[in-house]
Amino acid sequence: MPPRADTPERTEARVHRFGPAARAVHRATALLMGLCVATAAFLYVPQLAELVGRRALVVRIHEWSGLALPVPVLVGAAARAFRAELGFLNRFGPHDRVWLRAVLRRDRRPASRPAGKFNAGQKLYAAWIAGATLVMLGTGLLMWFTRLTPLQWRTSATFVHDWLALTIGVVLAGHIGMALGDPEARRGMRTGRVGRAWAEREHPLWRP
Amino acid sequence: MNPEQPEDEQGEGKGTPIGRRVLLGTLGLGALGVLAAPALQRGTESFLAGASDKDPTGLTDLLPNGGGFRYYSVTSSVPRKDAADYRLKVDGLVARPGTYTLPDLRALPQTRLVRDVQCVTGWRVPGTPFEGVRLSRLLDAAGVREGAGAVRFTCFDGAYSESLTLRQARRADVLVALRMQDKDVSHAHGGPVRLYVAPMYFYKSAKWLSGITVTEDVRPGYWERRGYDVDAWVGRSNGRGDAPTS
Repeated sequence: MPPRADTPERTEARVHRFGPAARAVHRATALLMGLCVATAAFLYVPQLAELVGRRALVVRIHEWSGLALPVPVLVGAAARAFRAELGFLNRFGPHDRVWLRAVLRRDRRPASRPAGKFNAGQKLYAAWIAGATLVMLGTGLLMWFTRLTPLQWRTSATFVHDWLALTIGVVLAGHIGMALGDPEARRGMRTGRVGRAWAEREHPLWRP
Repeated sequence: MNPEQPEDEQGEGKGTPIGRRVLLGTLGLGALGVLAAPALQRGTESFLAGASDKDPTGLTDLLPNGGGFRYYSVTSSVPRKDAADYRLKVDGLVARPGTYTLPDLRALPQTRLVRDVQCVTGWRVPGTPFEGVRLSRLLDAAGVREGAGAVRFTCFDGAYSESLTLRQARRADVLVALRMQDKDVSHAHGGPVRLYVAPMYFYKSAKWLSGITVTEDVRPGYWERRGYDVDAWVGRSNGRGDAPTS
């Protein structure tokens, strides 16, 4: 079926990359993560806190968006197609080692960076951000329900929550920065389809 | 060019479940971080306290516990008051209700205390000077009547409130503070006048103080209606074991 030729890039052959489940999960997770980060900034950066105030309300939004953050992935897991994506993200093959070595050598040639549907960096990011989100959820709950835990636990949870928040901020900025630098990758997440040339260059081992 | 052939059409094959290991490893590190936090925190705090002294950019203040105070307000905006329009009202179960202006308060004998400030959320600012009028002096001047048992504090942000038992309020380390860190209390820090309750968590030290009402019983304040302890002794309340501040 030829794609509609209403724009120049639409004349290029396009391949299916993400189904509706994956795109909806990504969108919902991004929205909740955005809420968490924005409210965190309003709570922690003094200039922003002065600007916004309303501390009890901001805390409430932060708590509930954090609590809801894992929900889209859990709901999405009901879809077989989304479970398959999680499987691809989980499994590392020999080519992923080659990809990571090329990154360490700063070798940017596509031929040196073999990747399947997801490259090794995307797999590591997905696994790490999932783990980090759960750590934030756990430490956040310790801070939220202050009576649940014995002495000292809340201070420790706050310590981990604060520093991990900073780390997540940096890593998330990297994730968004890389997406901003690659319009075709963004189009894949937005429309579900990508150009074949892009797919063959960025994900040479992927057979859509 | 690619010696490793993928085993299925997605180019993923079976492969090793490294993603799951990374996820579980991150979780484990998080748990380990909570266990090791007391030791780690001492390290980062002493390092950052040193670094923020030498940091002209102020960026270290944005790091967790990077030294210094954090701004908390429960309302969207707080009116600004100065010597011209600031008033502190003293009323309730007193013989002589009255109103103080900023010059009135400045004319009274001032007490300077240098103590650590401890927030219930964990941050601590060591050796912070506060200066102002002892609350006990204002209570004596107003003449506390028979049957009074507590003091309620209200603020010109329109929402915050705090309270102490009369016994707590009469302590020598409870001030109506006009100066903080040897400067007039700034608006962000609750100026021109804030309460300073040295031995308790900092939420007791109400900012933007505008009213002192002597009452029969303690009425829980803003955060106390949201779960914090009314008797907020540092190290002996809110499930925390911080070293006492006063």
